Amino acid sequence: MMDRIWKREEQAVFALRSLYSRYGYVPYKMSHFEEYELYVHNKDFLVSDQIITFSGEGGQLLALKPDVTLSIVKNAPQTPGVVQKVYYDENVYRDYREIRQAGLECVGDLGEYEISEVVMLAVQSLSLMQERFALNISHMGLISAVLDSCGLTEGEKKQAMDCLRGKNLHGLQELCRGNLPAWEKLRTLAACRGNGEAVLKQMESVLTTQEEKNALGELAQLWRILESGGWTESVRLDFSVSSDLGYYSGVVFRGYLEGIPASVLSGGQYDKLPRKMGRKSRAIGFAIYLDMLQQHSQEDIQDIDTLIVHDGSVDTVILAQAAAEAAKQGSVLVSTSIPKDRTWKQMKQFEKGAQVK
Amino acid sequence: MKNWIHIALPKGRLGEKAYAMLKNSGYDCPALEDPGRKLIFENPEKGIRYFWVKPSDVAIYVERGAADLGIVGKDILLEYQPDVYELLDLRMGKCRMAVAGKKDFRDPVGQTLKVATKFPNITRSYYSGKCRDIDIIHLNGSIELAPILGLSHVIVDIVETGTTLRENDLMVYEEIVPISARLIANIASYQFKDTQINTIRERLQGQVERKYD
Repeated sequence: MMDRIWKREEQAVFALRSLYSRYGYVPYKMSHFEEYELYVHNKDFLVSDQIITFSGEGGQLLALKPDVTLSIVKNAPQTPGVVQKVYYDENVYRDYREIRQAGLECVGDLGEYEISEVVMLAVQSLSLMQERFALNISHMGLISAVLDSCGLTEGEKKQAMDCLRGKNLHGLQELCRGNLPAWEKLRTLAACRGNGEAVLKQMESVLTTQEEKNALGELAQLWRILESGGWTESVRLDFSVSSDLGYYSGVVFRGYLEGIPASVLSGGQYDKLPRKMGRKSRAIGFAIYLDMLQQHSQEDIQDIDTLIVHDGSVDTVILAQAAAEAAKQGSVLVSTSIPKDRTWKQMKQFEKGAQVK
Repeated sequence: MKNWIHIALPKGRLGEKAYAMLKNSGYDCPALEDPGRKLIFENPEKGIRYFWVKPSDVAIYVERGAADLGIVGKDILLEYQPDVYELLDLRMGKCRMAVAGKKDFRDPVGQTLKVATKFPNITRSYYSGKCRDIDIIHLNGSIELAPILGLSHVIVDIVETGTTLRENDLMVYEEIVPISARLIANIASYQFKDTQINTIRERLQGQVERKYD
């Protein structure tokens, strides 16, 4: 019964809240709007630049929040040793649509543990929502270091990022024509995918600079931690996952549920955002697009257990008793006609003052 | 439950050629070869389902997950920028995106350039790279008419052999980008059907290499 009343995304929120609280994250309730200025300065951080604005009482421009992260990071703690751990379940507004989003952010003086904890929570979040899921992990520091070492122009780097994102090997080959060392590296980066150890080994064999090796080391360490917790079964390293280099500096990841045609979870380490806001903190977090769950849920809310049809002649007391009795067993709908848009398991009919069926 | 692979093929010659390649790779579908009015064709033994869609819609079917794989021209990918994996260049359906105009055309550098096209995004990004002020006239067909009737100075369109241009006293002035057919995949499906998708990709790649390398 409860399964039927809670929509798929509501069930997910319930399970996620419980998971995040168990790891010491606290709920974060925010106001519905923010000063527009906050978003203008960080437009590239947002998924969409379609922001709904209106003027506030004092004439200042306000926006219906298109994002939660910026509001949280704005107030990130800067004291050494302090980490703020929050989760949220909020409506955000993008492209003139209201979207329900859940997620968590971990900001402040982060260390290796916090980063692995957030990735582990991303894995667990997906596993709570569905048995068959996949989480792809990549590292922006590694991608950026590889691109730097390839001797590409800024324009070519952007093209290379696009090719990586699309697993477009022919495009990368075209881009690296005459630059064999670059092709060797980028091909490996684009083609290797899968279990941590195999991918890490393949990558290690082509990397040359210290920066690249440092980034790979971070990824290797993260994999070890996840593996020790038994979280790697549905996790892969895949460098087609990438986010804006202007904000993301470390690990980035995307999560998928089987049967849903786009990613439902997206996150990463975005140290450059607090830095841009003049704060000495680091940050990692992820968002879960609950609207995707809702769009692709199979449940049929039209189903009822008992349909009671009457012609108005029966004593209302009898009708009320029948309805109450049926409601104890399951769902009931009382109607004077047979509804065309519902289905039911059993039907009770009252005609001429008595039950006929 | 069987893991079906859904493939969106573009209606027309390109789609037929692509199906021939898939058939050679072992993904034949006898039902598809029977002419009729059916929209979806399947081969349960191979776990594969095909459907024909308008070429410019292939990317939408794949991006939204109605198809796991699709065959689509690079022009469509450049124009609509769908969020998909572009797994393979099939090196067929080759043509180029180009700027064409009347034979006696001279760029009116002091004025806004009027450009007629079916590809406004490609056009915009090409001319913004050149910092040229343009006025885009979005047409849906018979683009070649525009410069002849003075509707535009030039057109941005796909040029295959150039016959249509020549017959109408038009010629190519600049080449923007070469175009060919690509194999694309839905990113989320790829996570769960990677073994099947990679097998299809490798077999197609084998054919492309045997033919061209």
